[in-house]
Amino acid sequence: MVSQQIKILMVVAALAVLVLVIPHTSSFVVLLATRALAFGILAMSLDILIGFTGLASLGQAAYFGVGAYLTAVLAAKFHFGVGWDFWLVVVFGVVAAALLAAFFGLFAIRASGVYFLMITLALGQCVWGLAYRWNSVTGGDNGLIIKARPDFGLNLADDVTFFFLVLGFFIVSMILMYVLVRSPFGRSLKGIRERELRMSMLGYNVWLHKYIAFVIAGAFGGLAGVLWAHTNGIVTPEDVVLTTSVDALLMVVLGGAGTLVGGAIGSAIVLLLREYLSTLVPWWQYVLGGVYVLTILYLPTGLMGIPKRIRQGLKRSDNKSIADLASARR
Amino acid sequence: MTEKTLRKLNPLLMGGAFALGLSLSSQAQAEELRIGFLVPVTGIYAQIGKDMVDGFQLYLDQVEGKFGGADVKFIVEDEQGKPATAVLKASKLVGQDKVQMLVGGLLASTGYALAPESTREKILYIASIPSADDLTQRKLSEFPYFFRTGWTSSQPTQPLGQWACEQGYKKIITVAADYAFGYESVGGFQKVFEDCGGKIIQKIWPPLGTKDFGPYISTLKGDADAIFTLMVGPMALQFPKQLRGAGIKKPIVGGSVSYDEFALPFMGDEVVGDFSALQYSAALETPKNEAFVKAYRAKYGKVPGYYAESNYTTALLIDEAMKKAGGKWPGSEQFIKILSSLKVEAPRGPVSFDDMRNPVHNIYIKKVEKKKLFGYDKAELWNTVIKTYPNVSQFWTYGKDKFLKQPVYDRDFPPCKYCE
Repeated sequence: MVSQQIKILMVVAALAVLVLVIPHTSSFVVLLATRALAFGILAMSLDILIGFTGLASLGQAAYFGVGAYLTAVLAAKFHFGVGWDFWLVVVFGVVAAALLAAFFGLFAIRASGVYFLMITLALGQCVWGLAYRWNSVTGGDNGLIIKARPDFGLNLADDVTFFFLVLGFFIVSMILMYVLVRSPFGRSLKGIRERELRMSMLGYNVWLHKYIAFVIAGAFGGLAGVLWAHTNGIVTPEDVVLTTSVDALLMVVLGGAGTLVGGAIGSAIVLLLREYLSTLVPWWQYVLGGVYVLTILYLPTGLMGIPKRIRQGLKRSDNKSIADLASARR
Repeated sequence: MTEKTLRKLNPLLMGGAFALGLSLSSQAQAEELRIGFLVPVTGIYAQIGKDMVDGFQLYLDQVEGKFGGADVKFIVEDEQGKPATAVLKASKLVGQDKVQMLVGGLLASTGYALAPESTREKILYIASIPSADDLTQRKLSEFPYFFRTGWTSSQPTQPLGQWACEQGYKKIITVAADYAFGYESVGGFQKVFEDCGGKIIQKIWPPLGTKDFGPYISTLKGDADAIFTLMVGPMALQFPKQLRGAGIKKPIVGGSVSYDEFALPFMGDEVVGDFSALQYSAALETPKNEAFVKAYRAKYGKVPGYYAESNYTTALLIDEAMKKAGGKWPGSEQFIKILSSLKVEAPRGPVSFDDMRNPVHNIYIKKVEKKKLFGYDKAELWNTVIKTYPNVSQFWTYGKDKFLKQPVYDRDFPPCKYCE
């Protein structure tokens, strides 16, 4: 329990550092951090499925896309969501994504393992196809432009103000997800992850648990999408395409599945390498690839597994030195 | 670590740059012109991105790094073929590098992403490649800092429709990549061809990236006189091969990039005799173009396509505008005015601009031929120009007002009256 408190303190400290440092950097770094936070919400939502329920989904971009496209369509076609009604759009985005997840979940939750991966992939690509082909609504390949960020007394056109808003959403999402995975419901999800058969024999409705987790993850994905749309000012099929889902998956694996924070860390690292390092050196892709390979090889539990490994290492060497000492005395 | 130190250094660097800018503007010495160039350096479009950079760089080297006397700082950023990344990189170029203008972008969607960014940042954005029609048509008023040196998607296909009609083709089938660029290209062709009396009897839309055209080829109606295609990337290589392989000998009239020099060296002899239309052909036998092709080929080992030419010409235009401005950056608004008034002789021919900041240039009807050209000793595929439509504007012959009253060309506009 103590270590849990320390972990929370560390997260709070990291967020405090963000709050203190980011506003004093350039607008590029502010925008980059905003993107990392918005994508971090998506990665964390995926972690509910991967890390806590044991469902590796390759379709998380679908809910992200629904949130983003809903925001863009409302803003571009109906001029809705550019004032205080932004908050309504947030609600709509979350609800729409949850509804889509509820629909897709009916098909996806039947399967498990690789089959679940493939079904979510296919369903995700359906949404992409819709975004790509439904020209009259989505603008097709050209995408949809959001002319300006909302202004409700608080003008979000300012990058730093918007950063704080996204940070706020990020913190609230993280707390909600944290509460969720620590709740009895979250614990039964972990039980399903560990041994599905035993859970169903204990009388748990495994299907319903998975389904609810799937819908909740979709809802948070929708929220991330709404924020993402306003971060960039444009929504294109590129945001819904398979690689976006793969990115989210890799971020979770990189940061450490089943830790929530890991997804956010993964998001920060991937975006930092991809967007920041690429402004400095042309060989940034090798660094990104190297990070992935090394993580998979040496840190199967992700970057969040590092402290544990260090502790284990220390313990082992402690034991060894005690043994050495003992043998020396003798 | 480096990231952290950089972050710490950022305010210092920015302050330094700002102070430097102040001191420079107060003194009357050579100014620095900072140009942010956004292209895909990685990903599936990396090769096109390289051609774009090479085209610009070639001109920059020819004028020894100076535009109108100002030292050019040419900063290339990787937009990875993603619109959202382009926006982010643009904010980096504007915020950190303090560029005076953004140039480039590849995809139409990137153009659509960067145009509002230019409005937000009040910074000039020159689209050298993105060809989405509406950027310089119905939506231009939203983008006061947007300028185009490339083309609109329908600009070359409209004259091509006229030409096809004059060849006596009565019925044509269109086969085009299923996305906005394809819709706009087909729309322009269909509108002009049908206004001239022709009939589009079938429209087929294979998805972008289609490799096997068998299912589409088998549905082609037999009574067509010709086939209009708009193929992008590897599709351009596959379609003619598979069509001829299926024994269909109908003439192909290709939209814009279908036979661009970017893809031409990888095509086989089956494309000899195919037609296409664009504002540039590497086989243009003008002294200006011959010099450009030879210099480009000597330096980069390949024949330049329109991606390279368009950016070469963009560099040329910026240079000319800077000369007119006396070597000093006059501010975005003034610079756009100067650009709009320019008339230059580019490799593609004479280029001027309409009042909607889009080029007016020649459109060439080209025919693929295998021949020796410019003293190269091997017979290669070249886009021989067989007809020139001089000074074509994006509105063709319709006139601006009448043209802008119709909606933007789309999958279903103009409607296919003669399809069944």
